[in-house]
Amino acid sequence: MKQFLFFVRKEFLHLWRDQRTLFILFGMPIIQIFIFGFALTNEVRDSRIAIIDEAKDEASEAIIHQLEASQYFDIEKTISEQQLVRAFREGKIKLAVVFPQKFNEQLQHTNAASVQLIADATDPNVANTLVNYASAIILDYQKQSKGFEPFPYTIKTEMRMLYNPQMKGSYNFVPGVMAMVLMLVCAMMTSISIVREKEMGTMEIILVSPMVPLRVMVAKMVPYFILSAVNIASILLLSVFVLDVPINGSLTLLVTECLLFTLTVLALGLLISSVSDSQQVAMLISLMGLFLPTVMFSGFMFPVENMPVALQVISNIVPAKWFYYIVKNVMIKGLGFQSIWKETLILVGMMIFLMTVSIKKFKTRLE
Amino acid sequence: MRILRILLEKEFRQIFRDPAILRIIFMMPTVQLLLMPLAADYEVKNVKICVVDYDHSPYSRKLVDKITASGYFTLVDYSDSYEEALGYVEHDEADLVLQVPHAFEKDLVRDNGTMLFMSLNAINGVKANLGGAYLQSIITDFNNDVRLNWLQLPRFNSRPVISILPVNWFNPLMNYQIFMVPGILVILVTLVGAFLSALNIVKEKEIGTIEQINVTPIRKYQFILGKLIPFWILGLIILTIGLLISRIVYGVVPVGSLFTIYFFAAVYLLAVLGLGLLVSTLANTQQQAMLLSFFMMMIFIMLGGLYTSIDSMPDWVKTFTLINPVAYFIDVTRMVILKGSTLVDIRSHLIIVFGFGVVLNSLAVWNYKKRN
Repeated sequence: MKQFLFFVRKEFLHLWRDQRTLFILFGMPIIQIFIFGFALTNEVRDSRIAIIDEAKDEASEAIIHQLEASQYFDIEKTISEQQLVRAFREGKIKLAVVFPQKFNEQLQHTNAASVQLIADATDPNVANTLVNYASAIILDYQKQSKGFEPFPYTIKTEMRMLYNPQMKGSYNFVPGVMAMVLMLVCAMMTSISIVREKEMGTMEIILVSPMVPLRVMVAKMVPYFILSAVNIASILLLSVFVLDVPINGSLTLLVTECLLFTLTVLALGLLISSVSDSQQVAMLISLMGLFLPTVMFSGFMFPVENMPVALQVISNIVPAKWFYYIVKNVMIKGLGFQSIWKETLILVGMMIFLMTVSIKKFKTRLE
Repeated sequence: MRILRILLEKEFRQIFRDPAILRIIFMMPTVQLLLMPLAADYEVKNVKICVVDYDHSPYSRKLVDKITASGYFTLVDYSDSYEEALGYVEHDEADLVLQVPHAFEKDLVRDNGTMLFMSLNAINGVKANLGGAYLQSIITDFNNDVRLNWLQLPRFNSRPVISILPVNWFNPLMNYQIFMVPGILVILVTLVGAFLSALNIVKEKEIGTIEQINVTPIRKYQFILGKLIPFWILGLIILTIGLLISRIVYGVVPVGSLFTIYFFAAVYLLAVLGLGLLVSTLANTQQQAMLLSFFMMMIFIMLGGLYTSIDSMPDWVKTFTLINPVAYFIDVTRMVILKGSTLVDIRSHLIIVFGFGVVLNSLAVWNYKKRN
């Protein structure tokens, strides 16, 4: 036991004396939370649009005024048709609203007039949303204009936003950031710190010591485990107090699940370290084999259900996917253990499997 | 000049003699380009819906038929218990619940109006918004059908109606992959360039071979150039592979000229590699270099406009975007590949990124010290 504690102390010193790395490891989750919480939103606002007003009459100006007043649009300028293509090409505008000549006249006399919306559809979702917003504003004007009565036989719809009434992006991102940070801290850092000993040759010294290999590895994991616990705490604190994301379920359950995931990822880190010989290889494997799948398949950035079936099957072996599901259910939906016991069991299974494999693969001899 | 040539020879040998790294350099872009666009499909389809029907009238059934026939929705459950439907939402098996109230048909026909209730799982805001909007438009359609049944529409509009004609330029089929592929291409070139260059000098420091270089008459700028040029060539090769894959697999043919893309990429790579080399001269261990560049790249890529539009970010982030080279390149590839922008259209992007390249590389040369 005393031997083991010495080893743990050694690993702590390794980490502690590299202040820069430590600084990044603590700073990263904080900055990520801020970026995801404040900067990344899918809501559209202040989109730059152009107006081509051939009519310049009462109706067109009223609509332009309402577009201007909305928070969704910033009217870049009123331009001519010739400048339009160029404005799109230079990326200056996302949408153009075209009023034909005699817009108001037609509206008043024939009761029918048309407005053209030209969208830059390079980003289809943004184009859709912008067209929807602009249409709503134009239809609103139509409702207010004189001579308009409501239609009979109308079905009204009432929408209710469950779990996230203010539609905040952070509800979706916080669980994802947690998975990403833990992946990075645990898997990548552990694997690198072990491989570095291989690369520098100090592993040989450890291997000829009377320490059992299993203990060497556990000693490597302890500091990163504690570091992760600190990171979990800082992410949770920030999301509750800065981003106003509530913890609706039990805090104990949430923390336990986080620690379980940490262990699973630590095991992954061990596995990577046993298959790679240089730090660069370990880094690239963790980046490609762990980080990208976490971003892609956990479901917080990309919708898993839209993927081809083959990828959906693959997504099941990504631990972060289950973790993301668990955190979402406990933290945001506020559900209890009975709703996530299956997912927890899967994570436990993965952890045991990975631990066993990496301990088996850990080489006690140098080639 | 001769010194530079010899340095380049050394660097290329180093790269080509490490098969593991070389494999990863070429595998990574290929695999990513094959997988990422499939994964990054934000098009909202297969919205899973539960219908709670308290009415069980011909109209309510007609509405459900219309919803399932639209192709956007998958009917998960059709019942008359809201609790049951909510259970599906809790387990992520349904995205939204539509409640048809009791006497829906009666109210609609007799009282001229009625209500429907929609509950959306709003944790994922995009899906909730778009799913709700689709459902809304189906309901409006249904509503119009009902009206046609009961009203004789006059030949001329009896009240002013503005019809809205939306046109989608540059991507008329609203294909999401065409939008994502150019962006992913940028990420690939950036990641490979930034990481490899960041790890390179620091590796020489860690192994100790930098001492040998420090005692030779090699000048500082020659050393940095010797590191820069091989990765610059690698970056352009990766770009070529990427463009080929996106053409063959996704059918993305640039509307603009290839020359514009390569010209901008060449300038952009100078900036990215300069950043990587700067990190490399700052860090003491590969672990540090890796973390530092990972940290920066993550911020650059997340805020680069690949996943979420820069327009909707808060002002302080928009200001930051002005010094984010990744944002410029993502913007440019999309402009050139999808809209056919020319060098004249992207001139301001070009000048700014060139500026980054000059500043970052000068910093790297200045920061690389031959003395301890």
